[in-house]
Amino acid sequence: MSEVMIWTIVFVVLSFGLYMYIGFAARVRDTKGFYVAGQGVPAIANGAATAADWMSAASFISMSGLISTMGFDGAVYLLGWTGGYVLLALLLAPYLRKFNKYTVPDFVGDRYYSNVARAVAAVSAVFISMTYVAGQMRGVGVVFSRFLGLDINTGVVVGMIIVAFFAVLGGMKGITWTQVAQFFVLIVAFIIPAVAISMKLTGNPIPQLGLVFSDIVPKLNQLQVDLGFKEYTQPFRSRSMIDVICITFSLMAGTAGLPHVIVRFYTVPNVRAARYSAGYALLFISLLYLTAPALAVFARYNLIQTLHNKPLTEVRQLDWVNSWEKTKLLKFDDKNADGIVELKPVAKDSEITIDNDIIVLATPEIAQLAPFVIGLVAAGALAAALSTASGLLLVVSSSVAHDIYYRLINPKASEAQQLLVGRIVIFIAVVAAGYFGINPPGFVAEVVAFAFGLAAASFFPIILLGIFDKRTNSQGAIAGMLTGMIFTAGMIIMMRSVQLLGTATPIMTDFMGISAQGVGVVGLILNLVVTLVVSRVTPPPPAHIQEMVESVRVPRGAGSASAAH
Amino acid sequence: MSKQSAEERAIGYWKANISLIGILLAIWAIVSFGLGYLLANPLNGIMIGNVPFPFWMAQQGAIITFVILIFAYAKIMDGIDAKFDVNE
Repeated sequence: MSEVMIWTIVFVVLSFGLYMYIGFAARVRDTKGFYVAGQGVPAIANGAATAADWMSAASFISMSGLISTMGFDGAVYLLGWTGGYVLLALLLAPYLRKFNKYTVPDFVGDRYYSNVARAVAAVSAVFISMTYVAGQMRGVGVVFSRFLGLDINTGVVVGMIIVAFFAVLGGMKGITWTQVAQFFVLIVAFIIPAVAISMKLTGNPIPQLGLVFSDIVPKLNQLQVDLGFKEYTQPFRSRSMIDVICITFSLMAGTAGLPHVIVRFYTVPNVRAARYSAGYALLFISLLYLTAPALAVFARYNLIQTLHNKPLTEVRQLDWVNSWEKTKLLKFDDKNADGIVELKPVAKDSEITIDNDIIVLATPEIAQLAPFVIGLVAAGALAAALSTASGLLLVVSSSVAHDIYYRLINPKASEAQQLLVGRIVIFIAVVAAGYFGINPPGFVAEVVAFAFGLAAASFFPIILLGIFDKRTNSQGAIAGMLTGMIFTAGMIIMMRSVQLLGTATPIMTDFMGISAQGVGVVGLILNLVVTLVVSRVTPPPPAHIQEMVESVRVPRGAGSASAAH
Repeated sequence: MSKQSAEERAIGYWKANISLIGILLAIWAIVSFGLGYLLANPLNGIMIGNVPFPFWMAQQGAIITFVILIFAYAKIMDGIDAKFDVNE
């Protein structure tokens, strides 16, 4: 067994042991503990938990590599997945905390005095969360297989057992405190290799400063031009400006509308804590999101320098090249048979193919860091996947057990019954997530566009108007939500019809220059317009609803109002 | 403050909140969509260190501004909450 494997096992066993201990220590006995952690989570701890909840296997493993390939245009993910927190902090979180219930469908159902709206919201929340969670479980399996040589399926099952343990026992409370621990594991694991490679390439230990004050960016731009690529920092080289703007805004509104992020703000003691906690969340998230673009530049420069225009036999002598070539994430194909591999802009001409996921996972090896750092990165990737999975599973559980079972089917259910149903549903959701992790539907990546598009076109506008427009009524909200969802889903299905419907070519390539990832913005605008117009030609909402809107706008009384639940 | 009715206070509080949100979201849009995207081509010659300014804004500067905006909102709202006597 190699030294890397031993370190990986040490870190994985230690971190998993810690999560299980925390899950056991934070076990709960009531629904308030199970769904909103008893509303006793301090602002800064909720910030760390939100950061871990938000940063998924994709943020940790894939994002830097994606940016590395996209250059400037990678900003869609960087801005989209951080800018949403400003919307959340200013427009949604404080008021939803004052509203003081357990779930997002709770707000939609109560504010629009409609069980139809509640059911639609609950079903979308389950759909969005299950879509996401399948990818997380797959991520767990992939990390286990690459670093420990385990079968991917065994890895998924191990991940399921860990999540099931602390989620079933501790609900939101167990999830919150394990997420706080997972945040520290993932951020340390992400930053240490980035600091080391920054030191090596720029002489500056702080990646953000190394990026700006060394000559790495001009050198990379020159390399790109020499190879026939556009400059790395050249704006809009892969997509038009309008598409870049729409994708960014869609991801921002989607982020603010994702139920697993919103519910984190129900767990803090008061409105003031909800505001600060959004600040801490983004501060903690920015530690990774400000490091990733620097890492992307360093890694691209390093890869070109190490691999391009080198004899194949020499390249294959590098240990990391060997091990990653085996995983098929790094491929060489000496097309002109001159014994030298070249990187070219057009994929079919290029003799080197690099999967985006390598960038983060192989950086420690490329930078020749100590084996324990590689073990740490494995533990960090697992922390990122498990923390996001557990937050999503809680939304599935609360939507089914609280919104559908308790609020719609059996309102007379006792506290003990509700808690039991909550635990059973979360267990079933873990098993279902594991099933999708082992048998991933071929279109997972396509479905993620759905999750953001639908959150942006349904939840975000409907919650926003619910707080800021007293006149918005049930008819308007339902019409708007359906318009936004049907338009967005229809557009994504047509643009991704090759993967989803099996057509030979996409039915539509874009909507007025906007691609599938950005079309949620159009759905959002349609939703807003339809909701506002329909609300104004139908009767205003009842007086008690208007009073409710007035009360969520004022911070005082958030702690005591929960007695009415 | 005591002369105002609770209703007037609530209206004043909400107005103050809306204008603050408006100002902060304008900054939010300018640093990301404005300086990062819309003006990316004309500003591409300006450098921060060795990096073009729009690139730096879109991948670093705007995110730093976002963090500051949220804390600024929380901090200023503490004062507005106290002024209109709606704090907890």
